[in-house]
Amino acid sequence: MIIVKKLVKRFGLKTVLRGVDFEVQPGEFVALLGPNGAGKTTFLRILASLSRPSLGEVHIAGYKLPQQAAQVRARLGVVSHLPLLYGDLSAEENLRFYARLYGFTNYQSRITEILEMVGLETRRRDLVRTFSRGMQQRLAIGRAIFHDPDVMLFDEPYTGLDQDASSMLDNVLEVVAAQGRTVVMTSHDLSHAEKLATRFDILSRGVIAASATQRQLKKTNLLTFYRQALLA
Amino acid sequence: MADLPSPTPSLLRAIFAIVWKDLRAEFRSFELVSAMLVFSLLVILIFNFTLELDIKTRQSVTAGVLWSTFAFAGTLGLNRSMAIEKDRGSFDGLLLAPVDRSAIYFGKFLSNLAFMSLVEIIVLPIYSFLYNTNLFQPGLLLVILLGSIGYTAVGTLLAAMSVQTRTRDVLLPILLFPVAFSVLLAAVKASGGFLNNSELTEILLPINLLIVYDIIFIAVSFMVFDTVVEE
Repeated sequence: MIIVKKLVKRFGLKTVLRGVDFEVQPGEFVALLGPNGAGKTTFLRILASLSRPSLGEVHIAGYKLPQQAAQVRARLGVVSHLPLLYGDLSAEENLRFYARLYGFTNYQSRITEILEMVGLETRRRDLVRTFSRGMQQRLAIGRAIFHDPDVMLFDEPYTGLDQDASSMLDNVLEVVAAQGRTVVMTSHDLSHAEKLATRFDILSRGVIAASATQRQLKKTNLLTFYRQALLA
Repeated sequence: MADLPSPTPSLLRAIFAIVWKDLRAEFRSFELVSAMLVFSLLVILIFNFTLELDIKTRQSVTAGVLWSTFAFAGTLGLNRSMAIEKDRGSFDGLLLAPVDRSAIYFGKFLSNLAFMSLVEIIVLPIYSFLYNTNLFQPGLLLVILLGSIGYTAVGTLLAAMSVQTRTRDVLLPILLFPVAFSVLLAAVKASGGFLNNSELTEILLPINLLIVYDIIFIAVSFMVFDTVVEE
């Protein structure tokens, strides 16, 4: 579903990604782990077609980036630590706006379905700026899955969430993953990644330093694997 | 899952979605229009009381003062309009839509033009009263519309560029005023022509220039917007 070959990204003289090779099969949930500044967000922004690679190849769902970016974007759902929502619009209006932007004409029942799924049906007419951070993040996930994408990209979705909001987000992410979507999630929080992902890739100094599936990790724990990968 | 009809992304639908969203959000908060309006009123009041001009001189500077006011207020609105998108990350939400990114440009351009026009509609009668000049002439209103289109067209592009920098508040006017100078000059000439009852042949040249600038600025912005917003 996702194929990345020898990906390099430079910002001026600074090289952030130094030849990343990365592949994700359909239905896999990959946690992309690494310390701050490892290049996780840059990598995800390239997958999301928000940033152009300096060198290398990126294919998503059979389409090549950046040449076929519009086709890729139609199959992508993206959630970042920012909600990508409008505070002066209600939850329903935010979803309606994205539905129109994506070209849907008959979307009312889908809006209701999404709001029920993320537990915000009773707050549908409330302005988003009155929502807590956790509620905004749940609505952000609703926005991202509105068009039923094959691939979901999560960039540090737990940033700024308290314990309750984090566990509610866990539940929503489990539902999203259970629907057979391919998921890539960046995080520096190992506990959430360990609960949800089927594979763990460690991005360090601009390359994938190590990769292991959940099954391979049964003999050792994620923290040990992570530390070993960073020291290698 | 409800049966989700397959989407048919369309440029026009995306443009109107962005305009609808901007107008809806603005008429709830009045964050942008109120700032532009207060600023405009302060500028015309300051000019009115500091210049202390006689009626004849006052009429001759009217066009210049009017366009200075619109340009400063317009910059304020353009900056804020893009900053609202950037600060909450929603600009990325727009860029992620599976439509040609020129839809974002045209959507934001039309919203900005609507906000600028609204401020102009409110400011014009106050200006007419303070400067004792009749600004409600069809020709002059046409010039104001053409000037606003050109200014907003290039301003929307440059605001999308400057909003990605740390010094966006300072950078936009530094980039915009030199580029928009030609539009402002033509607009002042044409407006002055109407206010001083000049011959139509004298006014036609700046009006034609305004139309040409509008077309060039919209075409260039349409072509380069995708490159400007991508990292």
